[in-house]
Amino acid sequence: MAIKVIKPGLATTVQDLGRPGYYDIGIPLSGAMDRYALCVGNWLVGNTEGAAALECVFMGPELQFTTDAIVAVTGAELPPKLDGAPLSTWQAFEVKAGQTLSFDFLKRGARAYVAVAGGIDVPVVLGSRSTYVLGALGGFEGRALKADDELAIGATQAPAKLGRSVPTELRRGTQPIALLRMVPGLYQHRIKPDSLEGFFADSWKVAPEADRIGYRFRGGKPLAFVEREPPFGAGSDPSNIVDSCYPYGSIQVPGGTEPIVLHRDAVSGGGYFMLGTVISADMDLIGQLQPHAKIQFQAVTMDNALAARKERQAMLDALRDI
Amino acid sequence: MKSRYSHGGDEHIFVEISEDMSLDAFFKSLFLCKALKEARIKGVTEICPANASFQIKFDPDVIAPGDLLREVQSLEASAGAAEPILETRIIEMPVFYNDPWTHETLMRFRERHQDPTGTDLTYAARINGHADVPAFIAAHAGSPWFVSMVGFVAGLPFLYQMVEREKQIQTPKYLRPRTDTPKLTVGHGGCFGAVYSVRGAGGYQMFGVTPMPIYDPKQQVSYLREFMIFFRPGDIVRFKPVDRDGYDQAVRDVDSGRFSPVIRPVSFDLRAFSQNPATYNEGLEGVLYGH
Repeated sequence: MAIKVIKPGLATTVQDLGRPGYYDIGIPLSGAMDRYALCVGNWLVGNTEGAAALECVFMGPELQFTTDAIVAVTGAELPPKLDGAPLSTWQAFEVKAGQTLSFDFLKRGARAYVAVAGGIDVPVVLGSRSTYVLGALGGFEGRALKADDELAIGATQAPAKLGRSVPTELRRGTQPIALLRMVPGLYQHRIKPDSLEGFFADSWKVAPEADRIGYRFRGGKPLAFVEREPPFGAGSDPSNIVDSCYPYGSIQVPGGTEPIVLHRDAVSGGGYFMLGTVISADMDLIGQLQPHAKIQFQAVTMDNALAARKERQAMLDALRDI
Repeated sequence: MKSRYSHGGDEHIFVEISEDMSLDAFFKSLFLCKALKEARIKGVTEICPANASFQIKFDPDVIAPGDLLREVQSLEASAGAAEPILETRIIEMPVFYNDPWTHETLMRFRERHQDPTGTDLTYAARINGHADVPAFIAAHAGSPWFVSMVGFVAGLPFLYQMVEREKQIQTPKYLRPRTDTPKLTVGHGGCFGAVYSVRGAGGYQMFGVTPMPIYDPKQQVSYLREFMIFFRPGDIVRFKPVDRDGYDQAVRDVDSGRFSPVIRPVSFDLRAFSQNPATYNEGLEGVLYGH
């Protein structure tokens, strides 16, 4: 084994770029919530972008290496320390067998990615090494890491980029954001127009119930629904629909009070109306929101959404050959 | 039924066949999803059928959202009225109704329920006009159910009761969702039944548990070795009430690898069913039990 978990952190899981293809039977994509940070971390250590890494939430783990390794920490500003000596995020560093990697307190963001040259070697399940905790599937025994777990490291793929650092302006997701962009639609017509205006005008705060399944927000005004006769099978609450699929990033508002944005471990369907979907380019950024962070939802057009997607991809491409 | 199309951000297209649940809407959704799969449109990565709607996930770098939307619409227009015949399978699922585990759980979350003085079974029996709990269980286990969607969490089937609409069991969900539901709970919310594939949060009324695992990520259960998820949309399920001894025996059989669910292939004809559900269901029973 190559990494021994001394302290697991809050909810550290193995994640890669996810497990597409099984959402129709309730198995979500999973994978890094901040895919941008995962890809960059992997490139820094010489991996392909989708190698499995550790996703650490709010608090870092303490890891003892039993073999030499090359490591990079990207995403949230969670400063790494090697045998207690501080190191920088967003650049690769060497770890010698016997050394311990730990972390200082979180400075910014919410999720840091610990990429290791060769990738974290756990079994591939349905095409991915990602952990889907709700389904006890994939990753390390289908769960978050615990003390005394021992992780294997895969074979290195290419030389690491030691000494290279990611320019500040390309450290996407590390600066606080004020807006979450979304394309209105789905069951938006359930809400009265002036109430929908209020939804976009209000300031929303990330609630403590924010995890890989979804981010809950509170603080805005309750929504006013258009009157109706409940459709057969939907249920009597005005926020109910006949259970449908839920897009990743879709914004549901159970009871019209607290919006929930579904993320990588989304429940694949259910009986609550949704009023739109966060654009793909902003999904990474949700993963870096801390509890109590304030945002506003901003309605954008499909053209805006596609332009933002291109912009994100261009930023990422600029780092491919760092 | 006129379908309603919507974009779900830049990576999904959402199609609502009907606002109301019905077998017609479910069939249309299932057949359109099948046609879409066969069309192999470049850039489409996932096609997810639901009760009366479906969703497509795609890569907008490969196909523009507007182009895909138009392709799906033209596919729907050209699909026409397919023969509503489904080649599927009928499955017997043992259920221990009124079991001690869901009972303990529903008592623990009683303050979140519409009827804090009763149980989920006494409440569901009363609001659906049944004299008592045994009469309600007889109705619940008395007709087959369609798996009209698989999801929420891994492998969880949504079940639609195959009886006339006025006979369908309907219950509200809990006032506030529970934080716990025993694994393999047989539940009900709105007009849908469900079998909880994993332990976890839930809002459906709880009626019993089945000893028959339907999701096994370790793939150790004998009939889940090929694939970890048992159900797929279009399956037909018949509940069979068992007592404590029957339940315990089935659990032992599952553990020792000797349990094998009763499964028969069947051709389901929606038009024939709609003309006389009771008679048609008797025929299905014949297929299941070979009489």
